[in-house]
Amino acid sequence: MKTIRPDSCDLLIMGAGPAGLAAALAAASTGVRIVLVDDNPAPGGQIWRDGPGVVLPVAAKRPRQALLHHANITVLSGTRLVAAPDHKEVLLEDAEQGWHLRYDKAILCTGARELLLPFPGWTLPGVTGAGGLQALIKGGVSVRGERIVVAGSGPLLLAVAAAARAAGAQVLRVAEQAPLSQLAAFSATLLRWPSKAVQALSLLQTGYRTSSFVLAASGHGHLESVRLQQGGRTIDLACDRLACGFGLIPNTQIGQALGCALDEHQAIAVDAWQACSQPDHFAAGECTGFGGSERAWVQGQIAGLAAVGQRAEAQALWPRRQRWDAFAASLKQHFALQDAVKHLAEPDTLVCRCEDVRYSQVADCSSWTEAKLTTRCGMGACQGRVCGAATQHLFGWTQPVPRLPLAPTRISSLMQKPVKIDRSE
Amino acid sequence: MNTQAPSIHITLDGQVQPVPAGITVAAALSLCSDGTTRDSVSGERRAAFCGMGICQECRVLINGQRRLACQTLCAAGMVVATRSSEGQA
Repeated sequence: MKTIRPDSCDLLIMGAGPAGLAAALAAASTGVRIVLVDDNPAPGGQIWRDGPGVVLPVAAKRPRQALLHHANITVLSGTRLVAAPDHKEVLLEDAEQGWHLRYDKAILCTGARELLLPFPGWTLPGVTGAGGLQALIKGGVSVRGERIVVAGSGPLLLAVAAAARAAGAQVLRVAEQAPLSQLAAFSATLLRWPSKAVQALSLLQTGYRTSSFVLAASGHGHLESVRLQQGGRTIDLACDRLACGFGLIPNTQIGQALGCALDEHQAIAVDAWQACSQPDHFAAGECTGFGGSERAWVQGQIAGLAAVGQRAEAQALWPRRQRWDAFAASLKQHFALQDAVKHLAEPDTLVCRCEDVRYSQVADCSSWTEAKLTTRCGMGACQGRVCGAATQHLFGWTQPVPRLPLAPTRISSLMQKPVKIDRSE
Repeated sequence: MNTQAPSIHITLDGQVQPVPAGITVAAALSLCSDGTTRDSVSGERRAAFCGMGICQECRVLINGQRRLACQTLCAAGMVVATRSSEGQA
């Protein structure tokens, strides 16, 4: 099958998770030429990630099927946005080549990533993010018969544990750093969102502990055991994998590279139309703040409709969005990180996994820029995606607008010629 | 995982290995080896970490190009190398 690489479109949508799919389908009926770009092998984002270890829910299958019925939507999977060389022009790269694409309007649906905080042993093979392990299992990683500890924060931990169990693993412990009082308060609010309450009940299991967090992972060349703080005591658990994530943080780099401002929560700032500070740019889903797939879906619909000028239809969806915004606020309040998890690293713990920079090397720096200049922290392959977010939580350092290219990029892609346009218009 | 999936063959660090069709390179590494992907700048072995294309820990050479094992599906005849000086870049 020939790969189609369009060099222009009316509406560029970055990210094919729930928000991006909803945006594309909402905008498609007007006939505008839509390009939907996503760096994973198939649409669905993280929550609806497809793979050999997955039975997709109907809610995920339906939009993917619907995409096929719209000839004006071009889906570019396995494709990354690496640079924004000109106004309304981006450089894309897939497995074979890079190319430029010009667009008239854009919707950012770049999702969230896990907050991954350093602790002794976190670089050992066998230690992954929490959602990270779930994604790996969906991609075919076998955990059958393995002993797994899940740790960190947020409702995602329960979903990860359930996925690991379904794949044949023995989940020894789910360690939630939030205290029981907050969990109880959160559970009480769930009655306002019955579908979420049912979901939570179905995921509840033994082995769940509150006020519990990882202190260290250890092993020789591979994870062998995990030390947990559990209330007032310390316990050691022999295990094969540790899946540890401290909640979700918005992916804002592409939005920032396109000139969109952030809000006070370091998410992409949007107004009631999901419009960004940059004209003709919209954002939806978790890049505007963590809140789950239902919120992402309705935000995506509003963004898609607003982008093609169907404002009445978009406005009709505001009440539904408001309902899920309240859910997002409840999540944020009740799973706030305890101070203790910000002090897990020891002097020789690596903070920057790309450049192998130790905690002691950056602890005395006064800013992210100083740490970069003096230690190379954040200057490796991930460009500070992991340690930049970690130091923001550890030291309160703010991140500057990311520099281009946004990800490791082939020289041949950077040498691609821009799209020729008639500037006389 | 669907064990009925037909097998394809890929080459992992010089060894031809059968793997179920449709799995990621990261999954193939965990099935056929110790799952590690690269040597860090200070010489530690590392493996897939974030699982979603962010952290770059799972970068390997696939058919001579640096790619992320967690975001790349195995294809018949694919050549994957985890021990290479280029992987450290």
